[in-house]
Amino acid sequence: MLSRGSWYRPRRFDRVAALAALALIVGAGGLIAPAARAAEPVTLTLYSGQHMQTVDRLIAAFARESGIKVRVHEGEGPEIANQIAQEGAYSPADVVFVENSPELVLLDEKKLLAPVAPAVLKRIPARFSAQDGHWLGVLARENVLAFNPALIGESALPASLTDLARPQWKGKIAIAPSDADFLPLVRAVEVSAGKPAALAWLKGLKANAQVFDDDEGVVAAVERGSVAAGIINNYYWARLRTETGAAKMRSRIYHFSHGDIGGLINVSGVAVLKSSKHPAAAQRFLAFLVSRPAQEMLARGEIDFEYPLLPGVPANPLLKPFDQLQPPAITMAELGDDQASATLLREAGLL
Amino acid sequence: MTTRTVPASLDRPPVVIVRRRVPPGLLAASAVAAGLVFLPLAWTLLQAFEVTLKDAVALLFRPLVGELLFNTLTLIGATTCAAAVIGTAAAWFVERTRLPGRRVFAVLAAVPLAIPAFITSYAWVSISAGLQDFAGALLVVTSAYYPLVYLPVAAALRGMDPALEETARALGESGWGCFRRVVLPQLKPALLGGMLLVALNTLSEFGAFGLLRFRTFTTEIYAEYRTGFNGPEASLLALVLVLLCLACLVAEVMVRGRARYGRLARGTRRPAAFLDLGWARVPVLAGFGLLILVTLGIPLGTILYWLTQHGSAAISPVAVTAAQLFNSTLSSLLLGLAGAAVTLALALPLGFLATRYEGRLITVLERTAYLAQGMPGIVVALALVSLTVQALRPLYQSAALLVIAYAILFLPLALVSVRAALVQAQRGLEESARALGLGWMAVVRRVLLPMAGPGLGAAAAMVFVSIVTELTATLLLAPIGTRTLAVQVWADTSTVAFAAAAPYAALMAAISLLSTWILARRFGGGAGVFAS
Repeated sequence: MLSRGSWYRPRRFDRVAALAALALIVGAGGLIAPAARAAEPVTLTLYSGQHMQTVDRLIAAFARESGIKVRVHEGEGPEIANQIAQEGAYSPADVVFVENSPELVLLDEKKLLAPVAPAVLKRIPARFSAQDGHWLGVLARENVLAFNPALIGESALPASLTDLARPQWKGKIAIAPSDADFLPLVRAVEVSAGKPAALAWLKGLKANAQVFDDDEGVVAAVERGSVAAGIINNYYWARLRTETGAAKMRSRIYHFSHGDIGGLINVSGVAVLKSSKHPAAAQRFLAFLVSRPAQEMLARGEIDFEYPLLPGVPANPLLKPFDQLQPPAITMAELGDDQASATLLREAGLL
Repeated sequence: MTTRTVPASLDRPPVVIVRRRVPPGLLAASAVAAGLVFLPLAWTLLQAFEVTLKDAVALLFRPLVGELLFNTLTLIGATTCAAAVIGTAAAWFVERTRLPGRRVFAVLAAVPLAIPAFITSYAWVSISAGLQDFAGALLVVTSAYYPLVYLPVAAALRGMDPALEETARALGESGWGCFRRVVLPQLKPALLGGMLLVALNTLSEFGAFGLLRFRTFTTEIYAEYRTGFNGPEASLLALVLVLLCLACLVAEVMVRGRARYGRLARGTRRPAAFLDLGWARVPVLAGFGLLILVTLGIPLGTILYWLTQHGSAAISPVAVTAAQLFNSTLSSLLLGLAGAAVTLALALPLGFLATRYEGRLITVLERTAYLAQGMPGIVVALALVSLTVQALRPLYQSAALLVIAYAILFLPLALVSVRAALVQAQRGLEESARALGLGWMAVVRRVLLPMAGPGLGAAAAMVFVSIVTELTATLLLAPIGTRTLAVQVWADTSTVAFAAAAPYAALMAAISLLSTWILARRFGGGAGVFAS
């Protein structure tokens, strides 16, 4: 006989059973889904201040080699560094790859970088990477003076970068103070001559210089003859030469020597973010960047014109051999994080 | 809003005597639209106020700001004057003379508006690095924006009563004197309005100046962004720029307001007599030829030239793959469609509210939406980046945020057409339909949409074209991995890879020109729809 109460029992049981089954499915789903996700190919997020075309080639080669896809967020180095600093622990970035060391130093100071795998770190001479091993040098560039021989003879070019603040250079020099490549130069002058001298130098430059937004603008102005000379990193000239054709090129480059500040070497570096959700894949990308095939591809390709830092990889023949450069004796640690340079530039009225 | 009667006045049809209660849903939807426009402005202000007064003074009164003001104002002065002369002359010859081929010129003189200024800039920069700085900026901006003077002036010339000119001539005034003393004063509202639009566009232009390396507020805000992400320096510069833009906007509204008084007495008009140019035809034709060559021939020709150079390693070391091209095109098109849909969805309630109801609040909401005209893309984008990274994480770096930015930027553009379309669809017809027993949905489907549909379509199409050719906001807000056509042209041109930029530039110009052509064919009014 079924009482009224017994009617409810099976139904309650049904409900409980249904709930249990649901919980099981959800729980299993919860267990399976991450496993399934882990089996999916990882996509790394790269914040890049490097040139888009260079990065495109690198990530295509990396995907072929490892099956790991990389999506890229582009920007100027200091912008990206400040962006990651603001994003903090929530940053979607796994890897940051920029053209100058100060941006990486800034991120390291804010304790946002994870250590680079020691085996990878060892491949590059220690002076081009972070002392604490938190970022890795990949490529290097030389600071040079581009000049137009129709407007100025090579013999009239200065022995030192600091000479460009002298009155005889009025109207003859172009600079790009908001380019990320200019900030380390300011810091280098400050390290070698002190803050007041650096400020005086900048004020002198401000009086003398035509100001452009970036190094591309500077080298284009020198090439077309609107200005006699301009401070740039060497690869902007090399790239313009490739684009224009060597025969048509009217400007040339001048290397500062004898350890003058003007011959400063900037390092393009890379780091893994502490907040990365794919640290293993990120480390693998770093290892790839300093692998022989990648470094040779960068050295050979007609788009980058930086010096590969992996020993034994020859640089593009268009560049002056790396061992013949005479850069100033300034360490990456001394170059610091760019913050003081930006303040000095504002004080001098250049930013 | 309470129901109350307002006295009927002469210029208002008796149907609108009763001020109806506004449906709260409609009001809320309109408030969302207006609020979205106000958001970046308010955030920029808030950010700027976080700077201490001492720092603000130091940042605002540094020499750089003076230089930027000088650069910007001299360029605006030169461009507006050049655009005024070229635009007025072109309009007069097209509308008032028997110049051979004037119908063709009438169209060609409006076409530059469909080519984004930074594409023109790319073309000139790639021809010669010598065309940079002030001269290059003047050339590019004038050739891109002179139609903003040409279109309203041509319309004014068409609408002008020739009797006044004939009287002046009969009273012994010379041809030139007649133009100066009779025609020009009547053209003044159209001319000044057009010049202010040129000034406003010059203030907000970023891409063209960036490529030409001419420093203005927009490029400098971008430079600050690049050296410090979203620091207070950028916000303060943005504030100065917005103030300059709003001044232009207010002046433009005032000029437009006065224009209405100028057109009170109309009566019936004959079309004006066409002047025979005689031997002067030759130099005028040569002038038109030169104008078309400079504003259209050279930019489009240069893109075609670089297109044929593609693949030659000596000129461009950067390869363009079909997949990249496809992805960029798809991104541009999808963003354009999504943006057009959202913008229209925001403009519709606002337009409906503004054409069907009255009230101070409604006027405020509508004017707020038009404020977006005075906010350059760089300012809106910077505010949205900073707002989302600090307070609205889920939206940060999302495609939704970019679509919202587009909606804010192009809401005024959509609102103008939506408003016009809804005004055409008279409310009386809707009421009759309701009275004859149709339900609300049926009224929308059978009465409102057939009447207002084409106008709404035109609004969506215009927003679509604007988004496909938008650079600045896209540059700052595109989700990671998304590169639109515009962003690709920018990236390749800033690294002097002109040949690599060509396919993207060509595709973008083609989409823009094609959409404009379809728009003009479908909805009439020539490219004049872009003058709003």
